[in-house]
Amino acid sequence: MFEYGTLADLLALAQQHDMSVAQVVLQREAEEYEITKAEVIEKMQMRIKVCADSVKEGLYDQRLSMSGMVGRDAEKIEHMDPLLLGNIGHRALLYALAVSEGNAKMHKIVACPTAGSCGIVPAAVFAVGEAKGANQERYCNAFFTAAGIGNVIAKNACIAGAVGGCQAECGTAAAMAAAAVVDILGGSSEQLMQAATLALKNTLGLVCDPVAELVEVPCVKRNGFYAVHALTAAEMAMAGVKSVIPPDEVVTAMYEIGRMMPVALRETSEGGLAKTPTARTIQKKLQHMS
Amino acid sequence: MGVFDIIGPVMIGPSSSHTAGAARIGLLARHILKSEPTAVKIIFYGSFAKTYRGHGTDRAIVAGLLGYGADNPAIRNAFSLAAEKKLPVNIETSEKEMLHPNTVKLELTGIDGKKMEIVGVSLGGGKVSICEINGFAADVRGEEYTLLMVYNDQRGVVAVVSSLLSEKDINISRMRVFRKGKHQEAVMIIDTDSEVPDDVVQKINSLEIMSVVIAIDPL
Repeated sequence: MFEYGTLADLLALAQQHDMSVAQVVLQREAEEYEITKAEVIEKMQMRIKVCADSVKEGLYDQRLSMSGMVGRDAEKIEHMDPLLLGNIGHRALLYALAVSEGNAKMHKIVACPTAGSCGIVPAAVFAVGEAKGANQERYCNAFFTAAGIGNVIAKNACIAGAVGGCQAECGTAAAMAAAAVVDILGGSSEQLMQAATLALKNTLGLVCDPVAELVEVPCVKRNGFYAVHALTAAEMAMAGVKSVIPPDEVVTAMYEIGRMMPVALRETSEGGLAKTPTARTIQKKLQHMS
Repeated sequence: MGVFDIIGPVMIGPSSSHTAGAARIGLLARHILKSEPTAVKIIFYGSFAKTYRGHGTDRAIVAGLLGYGADNPAIRNAFSLAAEKKLPVNIETSEKEMLHPNTVKLELTGIDGKKMEIVGVSLGGGKVSICEINGFAADVRGEEYTLLMVYNDQRGVVAVVSSLLSEKDINISRMRVFRKGKHQEAVMIIDTDSEVPDDVVQKINSLEIMSVVIAIDPL
């Protein structure tokens, strides 16, 4: 039976059995839930379809969120030509904003790993996949790779902002996205682990301080930032750059930092951006509305 | 934990705890009421009370009560759907301190006039628990088949119920028993790996000491 508790286990399984990380994750899922691999793949394809639809819907809907704080920034990015980022980075930013704005406007999304960070993985995967002509199988593998990374982080650290701050949500999403992108690019299992590690390592300390307790500010724009961040990590890993601190130690560090983080900066809106004069004014105005 | 706990759930935004979880609490409450609701009072506590509008928590609860899942876009129009069904919805907030920040109390009336009071909490990531039913401590999560029984506390009830289940090869995965006091009203909640057939539910219901038996399907 395939079982992995750490990123090192996951990598070792892939290397021992001469399989990809995605194949290990797929096989473990089929064994654990006693269903066929074909059924697991079908479930994944359904979710990938929802992800793709959420990009389209988010781009199409040009309303603001109920609070009025977010909603039309994807449109601005769509209406300009790539200036500094290049086409893939520009698309990743655009898609992440679209999905995350859609989430704020009650669209259907796939929590990935959470609703607050739902734009990062689809954005990075689709932006790179489109440029590289990825087919359905390739997308599926990329998402299984992302899931394997996410599963280990959820198991050994956390993926909830209330437990570990935004590093647990957007940080995990960026790690998942970076690994998935390396998978699409045809990098090795070792390289995708490094991509995940580099991405996560460089989100450490990120706090969760949403304005007016809503999944809007800074969440929506942050999804855009970390979709591009994942590409940076993937670019480094593909070049052979390695994290000095090994993957599982970075995961542990993330958890430890999360536990040390004051409660005011863990989704309670009692500190940081949520306590700025402007945020307080917005919150008062919104409370007045209700 | 599986792949689809990470790539998932599929849900209507914006928040897995305040929107998806709320929809699941509503749907679970509908399963427990075992009826189309005819009147609904919603009382929000804690973080729910402060942010329910911005997260669509109110709409999600109503959609769940109307039978829609957490991934159904009907959540957005829940209030007009309730109006179409002539379902009166009354929303209040309370400043009372609750154990969990995301708590909601639902006072429901069913078609036959039956009233039920259900307290639900959203635990994060879309996971929920119905922690109180008609004043009784409970813990119904909608993840497995659940059998909920209210009866008068006495010796041997647990043995009788569990043997009725084992006769039909039904495996118990989790079991909790609460009581108000010795020989007073008690609640037994049993989660099972497979569905409890109607005839078994009826057999349990026909035991003289049973006052309520509810079989709840997973969400």
